[in-house]
Amino acid sequence: MPAALQAQGIGVALGGTPVLHGIDVALPAARWTSVVGPNGAGKSTLLKTLAGLLPHSGEVQLLDRPLAQWRGRERARRLAWLGQGEQGADDLSVWDVAMLGRLPHQPWLAPPSGADRAAVEQALRATQAWDWRERPLGALSGGERQRVLLARLLAVQAEVMLMDEPLANLDPPHQADWLLLVRELVARGKTVVSVLHEIGMALHADQMVVMAQGRVHHQGACDDPATHQALEQVFDHRIAIHPLGDQWVALPR
Amino acid sequence: MSGARHSLWLGGALLIAAAAVLLLGAGVGSTGFDSVLHARHDPVAWQILWDIRLPRTLGAWVAGGLLGLAGAVAQGLFRNPLADPYLLGSASGAALGVALALALFGTTPFATQWAVRLGLTGAAFTGAVIGVVLTLALAKGVQHTLRLLLAGVIVGVVLGAARDLVTIASPDTLQAMQGFMLGSTGFVGWAACGVMAAMGLAALLVAASLGRVLDGLALGEATAISLGLPLVAVRAVLVAVLALATGAAVAQTGLIAFVGLASPHLVRSIVKTTHGRLIVLSALMGGLLLMAADVLARWIIAPQELPVGVLTAVLGGSYLLWLMHRRRRPGGGL
Repeated sequence: MPAALQAQGIGVALGGTPVLHGIDVALPAARWTSVVGPNGAGKSTLLKTLAGLLPHSGEVQLLDRPLAQWRGRERARRLAWLGQGEQGADDLSVWDVAMLGRLPHQPWLAPPSGADRAAVEQALRATQAWDWRERPLGALSGGERQRVLLARLLAVQAEVMLMDEPLANLDPPHQADWLLLVRELVARGKTVVSVLHEIGMALHADQMVVMAQGRVHHQGACDDPATHQALEQVFDHRIAIHPLGDQWVALPR
Repeated sequence: MSGARHSLWLGGALLIAAAAVLLLGAGVGSTGFDSVLHARHDPVAWQILWDIRLPRTLGAWVAGGLLGLAGAVAQGLFRNPLADPYLLGSASGAALGVALALALFGTTPFATQWAVRLGLTGAAFTGAVIGVVLTLALAKGVQHTLRLLLAGVIVGVVLGAARDLVTIASPDTLQAMQGFMLGSTGFVGWAACGVMAAMGLAALLVAASLGRVLDGLALGEATAISLGLPLVAVRAVLVAVLALATGAAVAQTGLIAFVGLASPHLVRSIVKTTHGRLIVLSALMGGLLLMAADVLARWIIAPQELPVGVLTAVLGGSYLLWLMHRRRRPGGGL
């Protein structure tokens, strides 16, 4: 399986403090990889680094080409990033926020094209945010806002999608909808990488990267017992992974 | 989309209100509306109308537009609703530039020649750029709001002190600078109007065309970069626009506070829209505010007049206090 994103010897320091140490990771194309670990493990920092948003040592390759060699807009069309709890833009309408995802596709000063409008409509419908398209973002609840931001990411129509805590503020039915959406994206050949705190949801992914203390502790398939063991280890054996039908669940010990 | 429709309505309403205040402004003065009614037959009435009242009222509209535009750009660029040309060192820098120009070239802010108006605008622009750059350098970027505002205050105080020093060292500019510091449209003629309109049009076109970048930036710097937006270049251009708009207004009308801060807030309280439209509407709102304040300043204690900068400071300060009061209430926002 070719890698959509590959990191070799990645090191990151924030404010002079080393946060990531020598990360080597390969994220397979057309697969869903979840990144999990305790608080402060460096999950969000890794995601930001893979998106080219942080200065780092080592090398990141996007679609077999060093990230530094991609031009800004060209990279933005291939790789989309959803940050953790993105704030601001409260005065913009839901439609305008989703349309931001089309910026990498739009020529400078050109108005949105028919393709842009179609992509935004498709994204808003996929996250069930279409009905509020004229409402300002600031008038929405946390969960509704998260669905709009997810639509902004989908509107990019990138091959690789990085999502940092995409389930934040979502209620269980919408978490289930997100799961279906990710599976559909992967079935269409998209690569999804998500940082998740909901271990039960993360275990639905194809692959899992388990992190602790700024290092990759383990990488493997989600149904691999070695992955479950690594998960229990990084959480100090405070959780246990159990089978439930054809799924895996994480329960407190 | 409804945001576009509402923006169009608000823009139309602001233009109609501006036309009404312009008419009022043409009639306010010691000779009242007589000058308007007899302008076609009476050369003196025509001179009062054409050479004094119309350029100063229109000048107030254009200067207010420049400040409103600068306010909207500053608030979008620094993602801070309190950002204002005066809080980022640009106005104090522009004032220092004007003081230096007056002291070095012995000119007067009452001059009506195009070259002098352009020279003063150039000096104000240079000072405004220096003021903003100093503020950004002191704040080490724009990420930390509190540090940015504190740096703006420090730069404002230091450049203000330098301006006072220049003024004291050139006593013959003292009176002119005093009028300038209080803010006045009294010395705005057609040349000043023309300079401000040209600068304003350029600033408006550039700023509005970069509105989509400000929309992207509204979700955070990381999101904006992930969308492939060239933030470094755009920031440099928008700081130049901010300095040009502030410099052009300050050079012609002196220090007029709060118009830049209040205009975007007033627009946002009426319509929620994109930065491109917000910038245009804030310019229209700023123009209306300053023109109305100017007419009021000429009318309140007629035949004397108040410096319009004093009036905007009192009204704008009250508005800011009200905003802060609203912010403390549940559901109130700034």
